Amino acid sequence: MATIATAVGFMAALGMLLATILIVANRQLYVYEDPRIDEVEDLLPRANCGACGTAGCRPFAEMLVKGEAAPGLCTVNPKHINQLIADYLGVALGAGERRTARLACAGGKHVAFLRASYAGLSSCRAAALVAGGGKGCAWGCLGLGDCELVCEFKAIRLDRYGLPRVDESKCTACGDCVTACPKNLFSLHPVSHRLWVACQNRDPGDEGAHDCDVVCTACGRCVQDSPEGLIGIQDHLAEVDYTKNALASKVAIERCPTGAIIWIESDGRVIKGKDARKVIRKEALPLA
Amino acid sequence: MGLISLFQRHRTFAHGIYPVEHKEMTADKPIRRLVFAPELVIPLAQHKGAPAVPLVKVGQEVVRGEPIACADGHFSVPMHAPATGLIRAIALAPTADGPKTPAIYLKVYHAASQAVLYDLERDVDRMTAEEVIAAVQDAGLVGLGGGAFPSHVKMRPPAGRLIETVLVNGCECEPYLTCDHRIMLEQTAALIRGIKLALKATGAKRAIIGVEDNKLDALAHLRQHLPPDLPISAQAVKTKYPQGAEKMLIKSLLRREVPAGGITADIGVAVYNVGTLAQMGELLPQGRGLIERVVTVSGPAVLQPGNFLVPIGTPVRHVLEQVGLRENLGEVILGGPMMGMAVASLDVPIIKSVSGIVALEHEDPDLAYRKVYPCIKCAECVKACPVSLNPSMLGELALARQYERMAAEFNLDQCFECGCCAYVCPSNIPLTQYFRIAKSINRDNQK
Repeated sequence: MATIATAVGFMAALGMLLATILIVANRQLYVYEDPRIDEVEDLLPRANCGACGTAGCRPFAEMLVKGEAAPGLCTVNPKHINQLIADYLGVALGAGERRTARLACAGGKHVAFLRASYAGLSSCRAAALVAGGGKGCAWGCLGLGDCELVCEFKAIRLDRYGLPRVDESKCTACGDCVTACPKNLFSLHPVSHRLWVACQNRDPGDEGAHDCDVVCTACGRCVQDSPEGLIGIQDHLAEVDYTKNALASKVAIERCPTGAIIWIESDGRVIKGKDARKVIRKEALPLA
Repeated sequence: MGLISLFQRHRTFAHGIYPVEHKEMTADKPIRRLVFAPELVIPLAQHKGAPAVPLVKVGQEVVRGEPIACADGHFSVPMHAPATGLIRAIALAPTADGPKTPAIYLKVYHAASQAVLYDLERDVDRMTAEEVIAAVQDAGLVGLGGGAFPSHVKMRPPAGRLIETVLVNGCECEPYLTCDHRIMLEQTAALIRGIKLALKATGAKRAIIGVEDNKLDALAHLRQHLPPDLPISAQAVKTKYPQGAEKMLIKSLLRREVPAGGITADIGVAVYNVGTLAQMGELLPQGRGLIERVVTVSGPAVLQPGNFLVPIGTPVRHVLEQVGLRENLGEVILGGPMMGMAVASLDVPIIKSVSGIVALEHEDPDLAYRKVYPCIKCAECVKACPVSLNPSMLGELALARQYERMAAEFNLDQCFECGCCAYVCPSNIPLTQYFRIAKSINRDNQK
């Protein structure tokens, strides 16, 4: 009996001692953390996409509470939730336009010619390292889906012609596809940039037309039709000056003979001009 | 000979592989010329370093040998017109690497002469080391073994380093290729002149020619012609791939190792390909520029394989038309089949670094699709890797896309893509391709 009493007593005393140490340690080593950080983080999308420029939602929440960033910078949250955060913190919403990834190529299998058949690893990066891949156009999309693979938000899908399609509603502009693409075809743009040159071919004039049906031949019609300075020709390629984006309209695409310059609607629909060559081909082009 | 060779142990390095050589197709074919292609395409970036700057205008007439582009700084080399003709355009041209780069299009005149019409004879024996180095750059010389590293840069080692030994690389370890073999046999005098110039320019005390023991005829021929008053010797090394990689050759001949991440000058060595030195010995006394190189055209799909003196800028298609092709042409590889790259288009030009064209047939067993199985940890790749990496582990990391870890913990940057690991892998894992991808992604991320 006495043995049991000793054991229980010892354990109790030990427990008391350790508890005291813990209580003292808790008091002494306490770190104050603003409870608002947790609240704000709960309102953030928790996608940890990095589109705001921080490593994830938690660091962004910390910056918001400290007043170092504006809630509007989170382009993934719907606007009304960002407004909630702004109201909660008593700050202004701040500017920050939703961005999305845009692909500067429209050359799917049915319009872009092949010069060789690539038969190695099914990866764009691997194909690009072997003589630049099988595409005739040295700048064009290789269509093996490295971007689809790295997109954690399932915003990129290859369509039936092997061309990536970006779902604007899912894209968080995290930039993974931008680094994954070996041909550097992706770039991040505010969704208001609807006028888009879907080509990177820098071959002079009609030379690029041997490689692809939807190539920009730098004919300059879009430049003439649109307000001055909006579109320029650089290295045999039309280039939109997005500082003048407010002037952009569908007029620019109307007379494009190939459909290289397009207007992207908010639902992802691609609008080509009336004069664009109609592509009725459905199957992949054979080896040239 | 047979019995003696049993006891002969030629120097070599650890690891490596023994691929089928296929050299018999062209080893006895003397170097010959081909007719000019109707149009030559001379890319401005054929070498490591800054691209050359064009000196000519569109519509200008040039004669064979005339400079058409000048070097852009020290780490660059000029270009010379490989044929007499008219500059048609300066525009983008397809390259074997993929991206289109600026190039000079030269329309060759009908019945243009193969004689070089632009030169300036000089006495190389009276030139100083500095003058030789400048002349090497003016000649547009780059490593003709495949590296295309400007030769004059190697002659001027970084401050604090001294070149003591010049190694002359006559290994030619790639299957099919025999151009260096023929150069050693046919251009011996020029080669020895080149070695003399390299010794003078670098200030090295000795030169050693390393020749694989499958080319003992070339070795004997060289030994016969070596001048006794110069510190030049010729050594046989074991026939093994990749004996011709400069770090392997240094290990075999000097028993020394280049520090990881370092250059050969760190241990006082400069390695030159025999083709480079033969061109040096040929061009410098005449004050000419590099306008053509010896290319082995071989492979099962070629009707008349051989070694040809091809003007720089000749499209691959033209060369293949001259030698004739079988119906069932498969892949065409520039360089040797181990490290060379398949071309996506036959319109790419032959540049200074192309040592061979290997055309395979469609049903070539090397081209057949082989199913990739999981790694069985047999460590064949570890045994084969000449730089003692762990390709098996690197391969697993590549699959997990941990590219940074590959470089940080497993020395991915030491891999020079020789292809031994993928060659021996019984599971057909394309290890070398994985590593190329990983390196390319690491490069992109560093930017």
